[in-house]
Amino acid sequence: MTADCEVILTEELHRIAPDVAIADIDRTADLREEFDIDSIDFLNLVSALGQRLGLEMPEADYPEFHSFDALSAYLQKKM
Amino acid sequence: MSQFLMPSLGADMEAGTLVERLAAPGDTVSRGDIIAAVETQKGVIEIEVYEDGTLAEWLVSIGEKVPVGTPLAEISKPGAPAVESSGQRAATQPQTEPAGIAAPAPQALPKAGAGERPRVRATPAARRLAARLGLDLNDLEHDPHRPVYRADVEAHPDRPEPASPLDMRGAISAAMARSKREIPHYYLSHTADMMALEDFLTGLNADRPPQDRILAVAAQVKAVALAARKYPEFNGYFSDGSFQPAETAHVGLAVRLRGGGLVAPALFDPAGQSLDALMHSIRDLVARVRAGRFKARELTGATITLSSLGDRGVDRLYGVIYPPQVAIIGIGTPALRPWVHQDKVVPRRTSCLTLSADHRASDGHRGALFLREIGRALQNPEAL
Repeated sequence: MTADCEVILTEELHRIAPDVAIADIDRTADLREEFDIDSIDFLNLVSALGQRLGLEMPEADYPEFHSFDALSAYLQKKM
Repeated sequence: MSQFLMPSLGADMEAGTLVERLAAPGDTVSRGDIIAAVETQKGVIEIEVYEDGTLAEWLVSIGEKVPVGTPLAEISKPGAPAVESSGQRAATQPQTEPAGIAAPAPQALPKAGAGERPRVRATPAARRLAARLGLDLNDLEHDPHRPVYRADVEAHPDRPEPASPLDMRGAISAAMARSKREIPHYYLSHTADMMALEDFLTGLNADRPPQDRILAVAAQVKAVALAARKYPEFNGYFSDGSFQPAETAHVGLAVRLRGGGLVAPALFDPAGQSLDALMHSIRDLVARVRAGRFKARELTGATITLSSLGDRGVDRLYGVIYPPQVAIIGIGTPALRPWVHQDKVVPRRTSCLTLSADHRASDGHRGALFLREIGRALQNPEAL
């Protein structure tokens, strides 16, 4: 299941930041800085993940989305 | 009979390349219909027709680069003898109302009419490269189950040298050099408490699914538009030696592009929109800008610009005015700072607002009132 969440997250990030390769980023560093995404990109990412996985992704949980690994773990926990 | 011209999409544009014809001879066209796409330094721009009539004839071929003002097509007026064709289906059908200027709905591309080959699906990068190389997308070999990619265009045997990536930088250089050469800028800054806005949005978004959430930028755009109503000397164009205020504030929002460069296309009449509608417009606009495709009137329609750094930036920015506009608002990244609130020094999240304005159109005193008004509006988010 970990693999699934990572694949989905990677796909959605690629849609938003096609110029950033997942292999090149620090998975534990700030997600938005690693992928160079702004608040609208981030909202689009959260919307896409929420719709695809059927999750609410409330703003109150945003602190748990701080890095690629953290967001991936969050998705896995919620699914 | 009248002519549909290559439009000027900014003071720095001299020529454009016709990359798509979205109506065929004989098609009925209505004011507001997008009938062509033009490649400029800023991307692919969709061009609307400004009158009702029937498309008689295309005068420029796909891939041809022509100066601003060149006739692209002939349009015959309603009632005038038109080219007869099966494409005149629309004449007897109720026309959908052209999107009003207040809230332009995303427009679907018109279907290709009789006589025109079906529109090929292609990525913006592929479309740009094909147009620059003078290749017809219809002639390219590719898998029909997917869009044409840039690689398909590059694989074409007639492909000459790849295009320069410096077009966007050229467009920015021309506009900003002109601004700094011609506009006597003055600069003001003002710090405003952002906690009321944050609390308001947190409350609003708590029960909303992500796609319905409102970001601070929507409130910022609306605050600028409302303040511009009250202080008209910051909203409009300086041209031919004098300032002409605009009747409505259309706020250009600076949008950064991945891979470099930025554009500041217009959001039409944000003051007349709810925050929900405005947020929808912003997401739609940003998505299209990032895809490299937007409408001509979005590129030329802004009467004032907002550049907001969002929450990953620095304290303040002083923008360079985009001519012929006369003002640009900058909003710095909100940060926790010691602040006097209710007679106590407490940590509050504040943002630094800035105004760069044209001294030919206004003075610092009015500029200060204008900037304070924006700050005040952001501290009363319920009224937005």
